[in-house]
Amino acid sequence: MTLSRRALLGAAACSTLLSRRLRAATGARLKIGLLLPYSGTYAALGHNITDGMKVAAAEHGGKLGGREVEWVAVDDESDPAKAPANVNKLIAGEKVDILTGPVHSGVAMAMMQIVRQENVLTIVTNAGAQAVTGTLCAPHVFRTSFSNWQVSYPCADVMLKAGHKRAVLMFWNYSFGQESMAAFKEGYSKGGGAVVKEIAVPFPNTEFQANLSEIAALKPDAVFVFFAGAGAAKFVKDYADAGLQQKVPLYGSGFLTEGVLTAQGAAAEGIKTTLHYADALDNAANKKFRESFKKATGRDADVYAVAGYDTVNTLAQALGKVKGDTGAGKELIAALEATRLDSPRGPFRFSKAHNPVQDIYLRQVKGGKEVVLGVAMKDAEDPAAGCKMGK
Amino acid sequence: MSFSLVALQLINGVEYGLLLFLVASGLTLVFGVLGVLNFAHGSFYMLGAYLAWWLSERTGNLLLAILVGLPAMALIGLLVERLAIARLYLRDHLAQVLLTYGLVLLFNELQRALWGNDVHGVATPRSLSFTIPLGEAQTWPAWRAFTALCCIAVAIAMRQVILKTRFGMRVRAGASNAEMVEALGIDVRRVFSVVFSAGTALAGLAGMLAAPLTTVYPGMGESVLILSFVVVVIGGIGSIKGAFLGAMLVGIADTFGKVLLPGFASAIVYAVMAAVLLWRPRGLLGPAFEGR
Repeated sequence: MTLSRRALLGAAACSTLLSRRLRAATGARLKIGLLLPYSGTYAALGHNITDGMKVAAAEHGGKLGGREVEWVAVDDESDPAKAPANVNKLIAGEKVDILTGPVHSGVAMAMMQIVRQENVLTIVTNAGAQAVTGTLCAPHVFRTSFSNWQVSYPCADVMLKAGHKRAVLMFWNYSFGQESMAAFKEGYSKGGGAVVKEIAVPFPNTEFQANLSEIAALKPDAVFVFFAGAGAAKFVKDYADAGLQQKVPLYGSGFLTEGVLTAQGAAAEGIKTTLHYADALDNAANKKFRESFKKATGRDADVYAVAGYDTVNTLAQALGKVKGDTGAGKELIAALEATRLDSPRGPFRFSKAHNPVQDIYLRQVKGGKEVVLGVAMKDAEDPAAGCKMGK
Repeated sequence: MSFSLVALQLINGVEYGLLLFLVASGLTLVFGVLGVLNFAHGSFYMLGAYLAWWLSERTGNLLLAILVGLPAMALIGLLVERLAIARLYLRDHLAQVLLTYGLVLLFNELQRALWGNDVHGVATPRSLSFTIPLGEAQTWPAWRAFTALCCIAVAIAMRQVILKTRFGMRVRAGASNAEMVEALGIDVRRVFSVVFSAGTALAGLAGMLAAPLTTVYPGMGESVLILSFVVVVIGGIGSIKGAFLGAMLVGIADTFGKVLLPGFASAIVYAVMAAVLLWRPRGLLGPAFEGR
C-alpha cells in the first residue's frame, strides 16, 4: 500500500485536531501559549501582559470553561527572525490550545503567516500591525489590544483643533512607526494640516541629537512621534534637554509615555497622547483591576496589563459558552465574536475584522501623572483595509 | 543646511563620539594588553548605568553615586579578572568569546534579578541641571557638556599614564612581550589585573555618565558593545589613540548620516568601517601585531 503525502498530512492534521478535541472532552488542562518578550527593550511589556492574564485567570479560579489553565511561555526576544521557530515550538512542540502574544509587530507578522495555516485559535495581545485584522485577517485570529490606526488617527484631529497646522513626524522605522504615521497623515491632511518633515529613525536606535537639532531649526507648530519603551523615555528626555519642550508641543500615541512616565520625570510634563486606555480612567472595572493587579504583583497595572487581562476575560466568556471545548471551531469563534466586556478601558467588543471597537482617550501629563482630558474618538473602529471577513 | 546647523551637528557628533571613546577605550585597552576579546564590556557599561541609578536613588546625588560606583566597578573588574579571565590568557580567542559571552548572559540575568526590567530615569545633580543656549532654537544640557569634558579628561589621563609613568611602561612592555617582561622579574599578572580592572571601570564610568542621557534599561549594554567594536576595529585593535579617532569618526559620521542620508542612517557607521578597512586593513592606527 502506498500512502500519499497528502493523505499523510491529512491524517496528521486530523490527529492534532482530534487530540485537541479529545483533551477538551476529557477536561484536560487548557494549554495557553504565550509568545512574548521577556528580555530586551520590550521585556517589561511582556511581563505585564503575562501578569494581566494571570490576574484575570485567578479571578476565574484558575479555570476557563471548566478547564484548568496551564501557561507555556516563550521569550520571543522581539525578534521577527526567530518568530517562526518560536511559534512552531508552541504549536507543534507544546501543542497549545490557544496562542497569545506578541508585543512586536514584526513578530506578529511572522506569527500570522504561520497561524493562518495552522488552525490554532490566536489572540494578539499587543502588536498593533494593521494586517493582523486587515489584509491577513482570519476567522480564528482575534486582537484584544488596538490597531496602529486606532491610536494615531484621532491625534491628528486633536492637533488640528489646537491650531497646529505644520507638524514634523518622527518615528522608529518599522511597521508600527510607519503605520502610525500613515494613519496620522491620513487624518492630518484630511483636516488641512501640512507635514513639514518626516524623520525615520532605525529601530531600536536611540541617538536622537542630530534629528532634534533639525526639528529646532524647522520650528514646526507641533511634533508627532512614535517611540515606545526605553526609546520613548530617552526621546522625551532628549526633547526636553534640547529646549524643545517649552517651544514645540509634543504629541504621540499613548505609547510615548505609557510605562515610562517615572523615568521621563519632568521632561514628560505637558505631552498629549491618544490611547484606548489611561491608568486614571474613572470606572469601576478599572479600579477593581488595578487593585487586584497591584495586590498580585506589587506593580501598577498599565495598558499592556489590561490587554492581557481582557484576553483572558474574553476567553473565559467564550469558553464558558462552549464548555471549554477548544476544538469547537465555529461555535467558539461565534462565541468570541459575541464578546461584550466591561473592560478597565471601557466598553469592549470585536469588530467584524476581530479588532476591538473602543473609545480612544486624549491624555496629558500633568504633575507627573497621566490625566484624562476626554474622549478623542468615540467607538473608534479600525477601517480594516483589505479584510474581507464579515463584509 | 545652514552654517549654524552644521556647527550644531558637529557638536552633536563630537559629543557622541567622546562618549563612544570612553566605552571603546576600555575595550581596546584590554584587548591590546591582555589579548582578550571582552564581550562582557557592554555589560560593565550596563552595570555602571544601573549602579549610577541605584546609588543616586540612595545618596540623592549622581556625582556622589559615581564616586562610590567607580571603585565598585574597579573591584568587580578585579574579581572577574581573577575568577574568570585569568584562566584564559593561554587559550585561543574562541574560548574567550565563549566565556565573556557567558558573562553577558550572567550579568543580564543578575540585572533582571536585582533591579527588574523597568526603565529608569536618572536625575542630574542640581548643580549641573541647567542648560546652555546653542544657537537661537536649541539648548545644550550642562550634563552633556560635563560628560564631554570628563571624556576628554579621561583621554588625556590615559595618555599620560601610559606614556609617562613607570606603570604605563610595564603595561606597554607587557602588551608587546609578556614573557620577556616576566623574565625580567615583573609580575605581569598583576599588571594584567590592574588593566582589566581599569577597563571595567572605564566602561562603568561611561555607563554612569550616560545614565541621565540614555535612561537605564535592560539590554542597554549590547547596542553599545557593537558600536564599541566598530570603533575599536576602525581605530586599530589595541590602539587607544586609534579608538579616539575611530570614535570621533563614528560619532560624526552617524550624526551627519542621520541628517543627510536618513534612509541609510543605520548602515552609515558600518560603511565607514568597511571603507577604513579597505584602505587600512589593520585600522587607522593598528599595530602590525601577529595574533597572540
